[in-house]
Amino acid sequence: MTLHRRTLLGSTAALLAAPAYAPALAQTGPIKIGVMAPLTGVLAAGGREMVDGVTMFVEQAGKKMAGRDVELVVEDDGSNPDTSLQKARRLVEQAKVDFMMGNLLANTGLAVAGYVRGTGTPYFIPIIAADELTQRGRIPNVVRVAGYSASQMAHPLGDWAWKKGYKKIATIGQDYTFGHEQCAGFARVFSNAGGQVVRQFWHPLNTSDFSPYLGQLASLGVDAIFAMETGADATRFIQQYASFGLKQRIPLLGAMNATDQSVIRTLGAECEGIVSSAHFAEGSDVPATKAFVEEHVKRFNRIPSLYGFAMYSCTMWVAKALEKIGGRAEDRAALLAAVRETELDNSPLGRPVKLDEFGNPVYDVYIRQTVKRADGKYWNVPLETYPRVSQFWRYSPEEYMRQSPYSRENQYIRQG
Amino acid sequence: MNRGVMWLLALLAAAVMPLVLSSYHVDLATRILIFAVLAMSIDVLAGFVGRTSLCHGAIFGVATYVVIWAMAKAGLPAAPAFLSGVLAATLVAALFGLLAVRTSGVYFLLLTVALGMVVWGICLRWTGVTGGENGLRGQDMRPGFLLARENFYWLVLAVAALTAWAMQRFVNSPFGLSLRGIRDSESRMRALGYNVPLHLFVGFAVSGFFAGVAGALYAFFNEYVSPSSVAMGQSVAGLLMAIVGGIGTLFGSFIGAAAIILLENTVSWYTDRWQAVLGLVFILTMIFAPEGILGTVRRLAAPKGRAR
Repeated sequence: MTLHRRTLLGSTAALLAAPAYAPALAQTGPIKIGVMAPLTGVLAAGGREMVDGVTMFVEQAGKKMAGRDVELVVEDDGSNPDTSLQKARRLVEQAKVDFMMGNLLANTGLAVAGYVRGTGTPYFIPIIAADELTQRGRIPNVVRVAGYSASQMAHPLGDWAWKKGYKKIATIGQDYTFGHEQCAGFARVFSNAGGQVVRQFWHPLNTSDFSPYLGQLASLGVDAIFAMETGADATRFIQQYASFGLKQRIPLLGAMNATDQSVIRTLGAECEGIVSSAHFAEGSDVPATKAFVEEHVKRFNRIPSLYGFAMYSCTMWVAKALEKIGGRAEDRAALLAAVRETELDNSPLGRPVKLDEFGNPVYDVYIRQTVKRADGKYWNVPLETYPRVSQFWRYSPEEYMRQSPYSRENQYIRQG
Repeated sequence: MNRGVMWLLALLAAAVMPLVLSSYHVDLATRILIFAVLAMSIDVLAGFVGRTSLCHGAIFGVATYVVIWAMAKAGLPAAPAFLSGVLAATLVAALFGLLAVRTSGVYFLLLTVALGMVVWGICLRWTGVTGGENGLRGQDMRPGFLLARENFYWLVLAVAALTAWAMQRFVNSPFGLSLRGIRDSESRMRALGYNVPLHLFVGFAVSGFFAGVAGALYAFFNEYVSPSSVAMGQSVAGLLMAIVGGIGTLFGSFIGAAAIILLENTVSWYTDRWQAVLGLVFILTMIFAPEGILGTVRRLAAPKGRAR
C-alpha cells in the first residue's frame, strides 16, 4: 500500500505511455482504492479519522486484500460538493481506481454519486446518510456498505421514548436535510405510538448561541427533548443545555451524531446521561467491539468515533467481498454483487450484518447512554437493543417509498 | 494585428488539445474555459468600470441552478433550458445592477457581497425547489452529440471564444469607452452629460449575462449544483482568476483560470496543505506581479517609455 501520490503519478504515466500493456498491468498490479474525506476545513478532524479507519484495517490485513497488494489513493474533498466531484473525476479517470469510498457531508456524497452513475464505478458510502441514496433515488453502483440512512437510527429512539413513558417531546435540529430526516424519523414513530410532538425548532448550521431556543424549550413543559446536532453545534448545544440548568430538569435525547466520540471527547460532565441510538456503541462489552476500541486507542490514542468505525468496517466488508471473487477488483459487476451478498460477521459490532435489497445495512440498533469511564472520559454504553432495524423501520418498503421523503415540511407527525 | 495572430494560434492550440490529452485533462480544460468566461465577466466590471464585484459567483450559480432545475424538474430540452438559465442570470444581474450602481469602491464590494449572500441563502433554504444543502442533480443533460467529452469541450471552446470576442468588442466600443471614462472620473463623465447610472446598469447587466453563459455551461459540465456553487467562494475564485491573469486585460482570465485550476489540481496531488500553497502563490503574485500574469508580460514586452 502506498499512501503517497507520487508513486501513483509514475504508475499512471506508465499506463498512459503503454496502453497496450494496460490490461495486463491492471490484473497483476495492486488493487487501487480511492478514498475521499474532508482533510481541510472545519470537518478535517472527522476526515482524518475516516482515513485512519481505512489505514488501520489495511495495515492489520498486511496491506493485502485477497492476496493482492492494496494501494490507497487518498483525496481531500474539501467538504465541498464541487471539489468532491472534481476529485472523484480524477480518481476514476486519472488514477484509475477500482472503486471509491468515503466522503462525509451528504452533499459531497450526492455529488459523487451523481457522477459515478455515469461511469459505473463502485462507490461505497459508510458515512453519507442521505436517505434517498438507498431509497427512492438509489443508484446500482452506490452501496451504503457499513453505513446507515439518516432516519434509520432515529426511528427506534422514537419508539423507546414512548415506551419509556415520555408523553410530550420537543425536537431541535440543524436546518438541513440530514437534520430534517433524523427529526422526522424520531417524530414520526413517537407521535404514531401516541406521543405528542409539541414543537420543532430548526436552527442554522453553526449556531453559536442557543439561548433563544433553550429559553423556549424550557417553557414548553415537555417530558424530554430530542436534539439532532452534529460537530461543533452538538458541542455547543450540550454545553449550553447544561449551563442553562436544563440538564437537571428535562432529559435530553440525542441523534447518534450528537454524542459521537468526535463530540463528547472534548466534553465533561455536561454530556453525561444523554440517551441516543446507534448501531455502534464504543462502550459496549461485546468482545469484538472491545478489541477494536483497544486497538484504536493504542494506534491513535483516542477512542474511535463513528467515522473511524464506519470506514474501518466498510474496508473490511469490501475486503471480504474481494476474497469471494478472487480479488478481481476490476470486475465491477462481480465486486458489486459480492459486496451486496456479503454478510459481515467479524466486524467490530460482533454481530453479523448484511444489506437489505436496496443496499443499506440492517442493524441491531442500540439505545445507548453516555457514561463516565474510570479514566474520566465519556463514552456510549448500550442500554437496550432493537434487533434487525432496517432503514424502513417497521413500515413496508414499497409503501414507505411511495410516500414523499422526509423534509422540513414532511415530518409525518400525527396530531392528537 | 500581431496580437490577433497570437490569439488565433492560441485558439488553434486549444482546439487540438483533446486529440492529445487524456479524458481527465479534457475535463480539466473544459472547466478552465468555463471559469475563464466567469473571470472575464468579472474583469469587464473590475478592469473597465472600476467596480470589483463579489456576486458574480452567485449570478453564475443562478444560471446553473435554473438550467438543472429546468431540465430535471420541469423537463425542458437542453437548448431552452440553457437559454432560460442565461436569461435568469441576466435578470438577477439587472436587479442587482439597479441596487449596486449607486455605489462605488468598497461600498460596491460590500453591497455585492450582501446580494450574493441573499442568493446563497435562498438556494440553501428554499428546499422544495433548490434541494437545499443537498442540491440538485441533473441526469443525462447533454444532448447526444455532446456526450463525448471532446465534443463538449469544443462547444465550450467555441462559446468561450465567442464570448471573449464579444466582451472585447463590448469594452472597446464607444459604450465601453464611456464605462472607462466613468472608471477614471465619474464626476467628469456626469459633467459631460453622460447618464452615469444608466451606463453602469447596462455594464452590470451585460457582465451578468456573460457570467450566466458560463454558469449555464457549467450546469451541463457538472450536472450537479448545490449552494456552494453560489457561495461567496465561487465569486472569490472568479475574481482571483481575473486578478492572477491580469485585471483589465480580459484575455488574461484564460491564463488566470488555467493557472489556478491547474495549481489546485496538481498541488493537492502532492500535499494536503495545498490551500496554503495556493495562498502563497496569490501573495507572491500580488507582490511581484500586481498587474497579473498577462499584464506583466505585456509590460515587459512593451517598448520602453511607452505606456500600455
